[in-house]
Amino acid sequence: MSNVLVFVEQRGGQIKRASLEALSKGAELAQGGAVVAVLIGGAKELASGLGKFGATKVVVFDHSQLANYAPTAFAKLVTKVAKEESAKIILLAATAMGKDLAPRVGARLGAGVVSDAISVKEENGKLVAMRYAYSGKAIATIALESDVKVVTIRPNFFPVNDGHSDAAEVVVSDYNPETTDLRDIVKEIVASAGKLDVAEADIVVSGGRGLKDPNGEGKQNWENLERLAQVLGGAVGASRAVVDAHWRPHSEQVGQTGKVVSPKLYIACGISGAVQHLAGMASSKVIVAINKDKDAPIFQVADYGIVGTVEEVLPQLIEEFKKVVSHN
Amino acid sequence: MNLAVCLNQVPDTSMRIKIAPDGKGIDNAGITYVINPYDEFALEEALKLKEKFGGVVTTFSVGDDSFQQNIRKALAMGADKAVLIKSPVRDASDVAGALAEAIKSHFGGTPDCILLGKESTDFNDAQVGPMLAEIFDIPCVTVVVGLETDGATAKLEREIEGGKEIVEVKFPFALTAQKGLNVPRVPNMKGIMAAKSKPIEIKDVPLASASKTALLALDKPPQKQAGKIVSSAAELVKLLRSEAKVV
Repeated sequence: MSNVLVFVEQRGGQIKRASLEALSKGAELAQGGAVVAVLIGGAKELASGLGKFGATKVVVFDHSQLANYAPTAFAKLVTKVAKEESAKIILLAATAMGKDLAPRVGARLGAGVVSDAISVKEENGKLVAMRYAYSGKAIATIALESDVKVVTIRPNFFPVNDGHSDAAEVVVSDYNPETTDLRDIVKEIVASAGKLDVAEADIVVSGGRGLKDPNGEGKQNWENLERLAQVLGGAVGASRAVVDAHWRPHSEQVGQTGKVVSPKLYIACGISGAVQHLAGMASSKVIVAINKDKDAPIFQVADYGIVGTVEEVLPQLIEEFKKVVSHN
Repeated sequence: MNLAVCLNQVPDTSMRIKIAPDGKGIDNAGITYVINPYDEFALEEALKLKEKFGGVVTTFSVGDDSFQQNIRKALAMGADKAVLIKSPVRDASDVAGALAEAIKSHFGGTPDCILLGKESTDFNDAQVGPMLAEIFDIPCVTVVVGLETDGATAKLEREIEGGKEIVEVKFPFALTAQKGLNVPRVPNMKGIMAAKSKPIEIKDVPLASASKTALLALDKPPQKQAGKIVSSAAELVKLLRSEAKVV
């Protein structure tokens, strides 16, 4: 039995699904201990609802100046609650915010930190986590040996369990940030035109060199790729080659020097499957490859493949998917 | 401006890796180590700051003598000096501690800016930067793709899901660099020649604390069986619905 603290991330008043995954995992690890959720900067009205996901208590810091991420203040508050609640395990989702916050909290508490875990469990009284290393080319099993342990968990990897019946006790803190707490606060968030991020999408449709230059003969292919992503309600991803050629923005790159994704469906179009790319998407649940070269390495990791050109296959896929699903 | 760049080396990202017989590391046979790609963005940004404001760029690495060649490359790109820290580090927290100790003693305090890559492509922890900043008690902005500064304050852009966050901090601060921040320069002949006479200081740093994590095993991920090749889009969609149940 351990007391567990889960940092619940909100952006714009919306709680991240990945945080509910972390909370569900936290409730499992607590084994009867307290499960304390920390919610900062918004979504206060959603606090009591976190009981459903296993929280026994929710500590809310809703000062208006904390609406945006403020690393120093957030690290201070999570550390404070962890000490007050004698939390031995601290879980966060491995999002941009969680990955930034976890090492700060770890440093403040003298805790060992494991990033981006794909498994966390208690084994012979020790907390043991597994995570990909070498960008997906290996899996490391790590024991946390410090008194307090910090783990970030890979989004989309752990199930959400909303079957807990108890309502959580909600405590609203009257904390007022000091000037130094806000020394690195986010001033402004620039959204990239309402697009779904490749790291957060359930379905990713990725394009590679095989789609050809979008400013030339590949124009229609890329339009088709975007249309397919739209029909499926998914995000567009890209290989390193097309990002380096400035055909697509870096924010869409999947792979070793881009984002690591684990959607339920990954469709690789015109991507040969270089080691760097496989590193970023091999943990997807179902992988589909479309490539004109039947020997392309991408087929080695694909669950389903079509050997054919993107010119031919993409329009057909759009039509077929439209018959069964459409997010328009 | 005193600029500290933390430099790690990693297996060339295009290489396949093998697990060593002890099951706790990788087999180094045939592996070429390169500067961690994200650290090159950090170094390039430091060199740009030096060009604009003057100062000294010093690199700090934790590792053994096999690092020398990559450190020379950093010196050839334009870093002024280097410190190679020998310390029996076990995890990111140890690395942050050793770097902090060496940086503090080198500058007699906190440098104006500490620059790192957003993560190393070996363990992808993304922990050392923020941990180091905590030790120095300075602001840290991670996953940075843009930096504008007048030398007193800096406006940084960090990449988040579906957009960017804009952060303003005062010097001194730390940043971790993401691809997109800049395009690292390639060393030229003059730089390569100059690097030969630049100093690499060796510094021993003992461990400051008990171990916090222990690597129990390193394994290859389970190999997937190559899947089914289907002949039409219609068949594929049917299988994704009925068999894989993902749409």
